[in-house]
Amino acid sequence: MANPSAVCNGHLHHHHHQKQNNLLKSGLCKKNGITKGMKKNGVSNGTLYKKTFVEHFEQAPMYVAVLTFVGFGVGTIFGYLRDFMRAWGLEKRNIAAEREEQKDFVPLYQDFENFYTRNLYMRIRDNWNRPICSVPGPQFDLMERVTDDYNWTFRFTGRTIKNVINMGSYNYLGFAETDVNALKTVTIELQKYGAGICSTRQEMGTLDKHVELEKLVAKFLGVEDAMVFGMGFATNSMNIPALVGKGCLILSDELNHTSLVLGARLSGATIRIFKHNNMQSLEKLLRDAIIYGQPRSRRAWRKIIILVEGIYSMEGSIVRLPELVSLKKKYKAYLYLDEAHSIGAVGATGRGVVEYFGMSPDDVDVLMGTFTKSFGAAGGYIAGKKDLVDFLRTHSHSAVYATSMCPPVAEQIIRAMKCLMGLDGTTQGLQRVRQLGKNTRYFRRRLHEMGFIIYGNDDSPVVPLLLYMPGKIGAFARRMLEKNIGVVVVGFPATPITESRARFCVSAAHTREMLDTVLNALDELGDFLHLKYSRYSKSSHPELYEESRLEPED
Amino acid sequence: MDTRGTRSYLYWLYCQFELITCSYLMEPWEKVLFYTFNAAMLLALLYTAYAFLPGHLGSAMQSLLQLSGGRQDS
Repeated sequence: MANPSAVCNGHLHHHHHQKQNNLLKSGLCKKNGITKGMKKNGVSNGTLYKKTFVEHFEQAPMYVAVLTFVGFGVGTIFGYLRDFMRAWGLEKRNIAAEREEQKDFVPLYQDFENFYTRNLYMRIRDNWNRPICSVPGPQFDLMERVTDDYNWTFRFTGRTIKNVINMGSYNYLGFAETDVNALKTVTIELQKYGAGICSTRQEMGTLDKHVELEKLVAKFLGVEDAMVFGMGFATNSMNIPALVGKGCLILSDELNHTSLVLGARLSGATIRIFKHNNMQSLEKLLRDAIIYGQPRSRRAWRKIIILVEGIYSMEGSIVRLPELVSLKKKYKAYLYLDEAHSIGAVGATGRGVVEYFGMSPDDVDVLMGTFTKSFGAAGGYIAGKKDLVDFLRTHSHSAVYATSMCPPVAEQIIRAMKCLMGLDGTTQGLQRVRQLGKNTRYFRRRLHEMGFIIYGNDDSPVVPLLLYMPGKIGAFARRMLEKNIGVVVVGFPATPITESRARFCVSAAHTREMLDTVLNALDELGDFLHLKYSRYSKSSHPELYEESRLEPED
Repeated sequence: MDTRGTRSYLYWLYCQFELITCSYLMEPWEKVLFYTFNAAMLLALLYTAYAFLPGHLGSAMQSLLQLSGGRQDS
């Protein structure tokens, strides 16, 4: 994995044509033995980033945290009260309980573990698991659901709520569509192959469609080879155990997705966590790993692999790839990049964070991504050097035991990717990427102007809006549904306890009118629920905004 | 017009109270319990203030005067 240009003899052969200031940089290279990624058009101040990397993680005023804890406190007290009443038979028990005959055995249900679920989640449970009955495009239809006993049971009234604006589906490029012309090839493949595969990749489940798709994915990403799997979550959790094992070290970001965490734990390697997107923390861990080696035997680690994501879906932050790549080259570690949310959504032509930062895909050892988000299908891929992919074809659990991707879904990905690359003869793909970029920037700018606290990078289509208090989670989601807008709200176990949020996923299929409707509704609701906590709102003081762009990123 | 403004403002304040203390999520009987408890606490606070504060303030002023008077003497 050594990069030949990192070997420093003061004379880098493939940079003959550089300008004078880059030779000055190669003078620096002689001194400390590392190169910081020379770029062709000579960024003279030596920065790794071609464009400004602006991320916001504004903290709310102190009283918000205090009031959040007050809310949780009251909720907990009432939770204890209700549990007491349930235990003493004053109230009907709706949760799972053992039968009378089993009471003398070891208890089956540990009541206290589900305290939070039982007492706080149940009260606002009607905001999740809402069944939809149409394609999850920019608008969708919801089945109407009512509850008679405070969310313990639901029943459907039979009516549907039509044309709810969809701000929750991962439909970044708008490929979740039912247009007959667009789906023509998919229908043909469905009639040719049927819907099921009935086998695994290693037995009889490799179709010509899979080979075609893998070649296309490799060409799209600019790597040697790729392999596709039927399920995105399983791609991570089944392939990381194949790549690392005991005696290896995994350095994983604090806020990694559950699939990465599960894969890391299943592998049996040692896992160390570094602070979210914090390269100093990562460097410290790398240095400690190399200096001290394995815990008891002090031998060198067999492999050091860094697990990061392209866009973190709860924060909307983008990984600091240039610094990460320079770190991994310096310390000879491997990099596993999970581009579940970023493939198709960032980058000038939709090729993900590697293109967004202007880097070469050879810098990343294992490129992983999913087709669920930007391509309107299901499944995942792992791409990289041919040796890596050949190894995975034989050693991955998913290849041996899991059913492969079904042909109509593969054809949907092929047609979406061809559209993105322009191979279908139109510029529709590029237009979609540009439209997504425009929508993202517009949406984020308007939300900042209104005074909400938004997390994340300015270019990421995932927009978390902070709600903080538990009472507001339920109120926000319900009122947005009354205004015919469907949002996803997230609370405690998935986010830190004081930082519950509503997460918007901007799509290329959203028109300006839809975004304006949503923004007006948010404006109204923000005033009514008092959600506009930001102290750096842009509109009233433009000079203050310029100052705040330099605020620290952590 | 003015009463309408203040009434809707008061309603908004009440909504904020409900949201912050999670009483928005409570069932009606829980709300009754919670508000009764809050009202009782508030009444107790007000009664203690009414009953004891003048006495406490008076004795505090007296001791302060004594202190400053004593210092002036010596």
